[in-house]
Amino acid sequence: MKINVKINGKEKALEIAPDDYLSEVLRREGHLGVKKGCDTGSCGVCTIHVDDTAVLSCGMLAAKADGKTVTTIEGVQEKAERIRYELGKRGVDQCGYCAPGTIMSILYLEKVVKDPTEEEINRYMKGNYCRCSGYVGQLEAVKSYLEGQKHEVCE
Amino acid sequence: MITIRTYFFPETLEAAYEKLTERKNNAVIGGGAYLKLGSKAIGTAVDLSKLGLEYINEEETFFEIGAMTTFSKMMLNEGLNKHFTNLFQQSIEDIVGMQLKNMVTVGATIYSRYGFSDFLTALLVTDTKVKLFKAGWVSLEEFLEQGPAERDILEKIRIEKRKGFYNFQELRGSSSDYSIINLALAKEGEEYRVAVGARPTRAKLALNTMEFLQNQELTNENVKKAGDILSGELAFGTNVRGSKEYRQSMAKVLLKKALQEVSKDEN
Repeated sequence: MKINVKINGKEKALEIAPDDYLSEVLRREGHLGVKKGCDTGSCGVCTIHVDDTAVLSCGMLAAKADGKTVTTIEGVQEKAERIRYELGKRGVDQCGYCAPGTIMSILYLEKVVKDPTEEEINRYMKGNYCRCSGYVGQLEAVKSYLEGQKHEVCE
Repeated sequence: MITIRTYFFPETLEAAYEKLTERKNNAVIGGGAYLKLGSKAIGTAVDLSKLGLEYINEEETFFEIGAMTTFSKMMLNEGLNKHFTNLFQQSIEDIVGMQLKNMVTVGATIYSRYGFSDFLTALLVTDTKVKLFKAGWVSLEEFLEQGPAERDILEKIRIEKRKGFYNFQELRGSSSDYSIINLALAKEGEEYRVAVGARPTRAKLALNTMEFLQNQELTNENVKKAGDILSGELAFGTNVRGSKEYRQSMAKVLLKKALQEVSKDEN
C-alpha cells in the first residue's frame, strides 16, 4: 500500500506493507536516529513526533501515518544539539542510545507545557528509559535547557 | 506476531462495520499500541482514526467520549479531573510514558477488556455506558462481564456526572510496570462503588463490599471487615506478577488506603 507522509519537512510517497511499523519504515528511509529498543512500546528510544505529538514509532503502524507530518531527531538538529550539550555537560549521555528518544520527549514537553514544574517534567520524561546514567542529571539538563530557551525567546 | 493483509480507512461507521463483518479475520484497529502483545493474522485492518471519534464532550449531566480518544486526553481533561476528583488521572498517570498514552485509545481498551487495565477499574466505579454501533447502549459492567453479543464497533462512551468522591489505588513492582493489583472506589452520597482489577483477570465490582460499606462509619473495625469481605468475594489468581494470596492480601490494603482518602476528604 502507499502512504503520503511529510517527514522532516519533505513530502514523501512511500510504499509500505500494511503490517509495517513506523520505526522500520523510517529507518528504511534512512532516518537512523529512530532507534530500536524494546520494540514493545515501553522504553521510549523510538520516540518521534506525529502531527506534533510524541508517539512510539515501534508501536505505531506505518499506515496510520498516512497524511500526517512526521518529525524525527534528524529534523530538529539545532535544538537537539543544545539538549545534547546539556546532557553531556552532566555526564548523563553515556552510551547515547536513548538520547534521540529522550530529546524528542523533551521537545514535546517544551511544545505542550509552558514553564513545566518538576512533576510535569517527570510526567513527560518517564517514558524514556536510560540504563547507564540515571535520571537526576537528566532532570537538571531538561530544566537548564528550558531555562536557556526562555532567555533566548526574551532576547 | 501480527500480520495484516490489507489496510482500510473507512469514512463512515457503516463502512467500517461492513468491512469488519465481511470476513472472520478482519479486525478493528484502535490506537494499535498493544497489537504486539498478541499474535494474530489479520485479513483487513479496519482503522477508525479518520472517523472523527476523538473527542471529550462535557454536557450538563454527562461526559461523552469518542472511542479514539487517547489516554493522554483523558488524563489531562480538566472537566473530567474536576468532576471525578482526578480518578482518571490517577489511573492513567503510571501507564508507561506520555508517548504510549498518546496512542492508547479508550475504545480499544474497553473493547479488548484487558485484565491488566488500570483505566477499566477506574471507569467501572462510575456510571458508564458504552455505545456499540450495532447493539446500541450497554452498561459498562455488562459489557466487561459478557463482551459484545456479536462482532461490533465501540463508537463512544457516556459517563454520567454524579457528585461524589473518587479514588484509585494500585500496586506495582516498579513505576510504569503493569499493576499487580488495582482498586477504584467511588463514594456518591452514602453509596459506595468498589472495583478491583488486575486480579489478574479483568476488573469487577465488589458488590458485597459495596453493600457492607453503605452507611457505615469508617472505623478501623469496619475498614478491616470491608477488606475481609472484599478478599473473600472476588476471585484472585496467580501470574508472573503475583500470587493469588498476595493479591488477596494487597486488595485489602488498597481498600484501606482508598477509604483513608475518603475520610481525609470528609474531614
